[in-house]
Amino acid sequence: MNIIKAPDISKMHEQPLIAGNPSFHDVTEKISGVVESGTPKLWYALISITGLLALMFFIILGHLFLTGIGIWGLQIPVGWGFDITNFVFWVGIGHAGTLISAILFLLRQRWRTSINRFAEAMTIFAVICAGIFPAIHVGRPWLLFYVFPVPNQMSVWPNFRSPLLWDFFAVGTYFTCSLLFWYLGMIPDLATIRNRAKNRIKKIIYGIFALGWRGGNRQWRHYELAYLLLAGISTPLVLSVHSVVSTDFSVSVLPGWHSTIFPPYFVAGAIFSGFAMVLTLAIIARKAFRLDNYITLNHLDKMNKIILVTGLMVSYSYIVEFFMAWYSGNLYERFTFWSRATGPYAWAFWIMVFCNVVVPQIFWSKKLRSHIAVMFVASILINIGMWFERYVIIVSSLSQDFLPSSWQYFKPTIYDIGMLIGSFGIFLTLFLLFVRFLPMVAMSEVKAVLPQANIRHHGPEAAELETGKVRG
Amino acid sequence: MQVILGQFDGPEALLDAARGFRDAGYRKFDCHSPYPIHGMNSAMGVTRSSLGFIAGTVAAIGLLGAFYMQYWMSAVDYKVIISGKPFNSFQAFLPVVFAVAVLLSAFAAFIGSMVLNRLPRHNHPLFSSRNFESVTDDGFFMSVESGDLKYDLKKTRELLQSLGGTNVEVLET
Repeated sequence: MNIIKAPDISKMHEQPLIAGNPSFHDVTEKISGVVESGTPKLWYALISITGLLALMFFIILGHLFLTGIGIWGLQIPVGWGFDITNFVFWVGIGHAGTLISAILFLLRQRWRTSINRFAEAMTIFAVICAGIFPAIHVGRPWLLFYVFPVPNQMSVWPNFRSPLLWDFFAVGTYFTCSLLFWYLGMIPDLATIRNRAKNRIKKIIYGIFALGWRGGNRQWRHYELAYLLLAGISTPLVLSVHSVVSTDFSVSVLPGWHSTIFPPYFVAGAIFSGFAMVLTLAIIARKAFRLDNYITLNHLDKMNKIILVTGLMVSYSYIVEFFMAWYSGNLYERFTFWSRATGPYAWAFWIMVFCNVVVPQIFWSKKLRSHIAVMFVASILINIGMWFERYVIIVSSLSQDFLPSSWQYFKPTIYDIGMLIGSFGIFLTLFLLFVRFLPMVAMSEVKAVLPQANIRHHGPEAAELETGKVRG
Repeated sequence: MQVILGQFDGPEALLDAARGFRDAGYRKFDCHSPYPIHGMNSAMGVTRSSLGFIAGTVAAIGLLGAFYMQYWMSAVDYKVIISGKPFNSFQAFLPVVFAVAVLLSAFAAFIGSMVLNRLPRHNHPLFSSRNFESVTDDGFFMSVESGDLKYDLKKTRELLQSLGGTNVEVLET
């Protein structure tokens, strides 16, 4: 067998993307090894827990369909509670995965190669969890097919002016594009596992999904351009999908909702919470599967910086919202924001401020950016904070709208909380399945950014621009 | 179909071999690697993939189609009065137009890449080589198909070996 010797690292000028100086074979062994070796007992233990939570979700869902959305704490005026909070929360988490996969690819950030596969998987699972909520929160779920522009018994078409309909198209497109992008990227790695599989059934199953990939350059060039196109398509989706979701609120007239800052504010918040979730999962995965050389402290450092930046954007948005509420002179707007900070939902508001504004500031310190336990706790707090941000926006504005006689305090029921926890069960179950059966690091992409992958020539060949060769 | 397969030490060796075959006039050969190699397209003499045109055309179709669909549904077939707003409003239609254009071009990019690559194809002669399995690990190979005009069992084999190919195999369908 021809083994490519790893080059001398002392000649490297930049920090190595993958530590430990692995050869191509090392990469294959390490990542495929996770899929090929037997199931660890811990995996069984974890998936039993997450599976039970997911089961709880579906049991509550059955109760919801049989009885109606009254089992939740919804009332007038708070017609949207945990359902839409969870929807926006999960969609937001999905956006970080696409940013890592698509935007960092277009920006030629080669360090993305060790985290993009499972970040994109996280996106898909988050969007699945997200998509469930708008589907089930309608009063008559058997009429949900009205969102599809197909002829129906009432001869009506969807209302294309409604952001709630735009959501269906935007989130549906986002899910489909993310799935295609993720699967395309996995084909060479599925072929790797297919080639190494000793068990006949495994070989056939991975072989079917690997579509007969042979690694030839004629295939790579179409593959690479498709990858570039899908990255280029997914990039505007990150911005547009969450902007469309934010218009669910901003096109209304409610004080605290009717604001043009919502699209960029929500997108920044989405990336903020998404990266925090990627960080949580990455820290667990690198520990559990000993991937410290692939998801290095350098990777975590860069992710923490992005979290800091987007956290600052979110903090700025809070300040602008308050300022504009005061500056506008609008009594209702001023009251809404004053009430958020001092009224009945002040507890939620201050949790949000602490977790989203105060906690990320620790990432100014290089020392704290490199401290695993600190990062882990911070990432969880940030996600809690971001959930509360959506809760504060939705519930506080609905609960205290224009007419004081309508005001009513929102109290979640056990089913609200059960579905929130259950959605985490679904997300983590899918994630555990992914980690067990699919290559969680993009092997072919990691190999392409290793130092020994491309020998630099000094001739006319090197100067030529290649098809879709945006790998740095 | 007959395929001659040869193994190479690394990306540089494979690039040199590709140039050798390109200059010798071969057209139906391919260079296999665990990752795409910089400079391989020009070394093999292949042009840019046409996938961009396919995806772009489909995106345009999706764009116009989605506009027309919404216009027809909202302003022609069943006009619903929504707070007196105009039935035909391109601003309101934009989010769905964008989503549909993106969705269709994503399908075009993915399906187009599969069609251009002639995948799925599970019965290629290369799969009968055990050595070839290392192509997804750390192996670098070159294959020449018998459909090539310059294909000659003896001469092609010699050229492959002279350019540095080892473990040369001849595979049949």
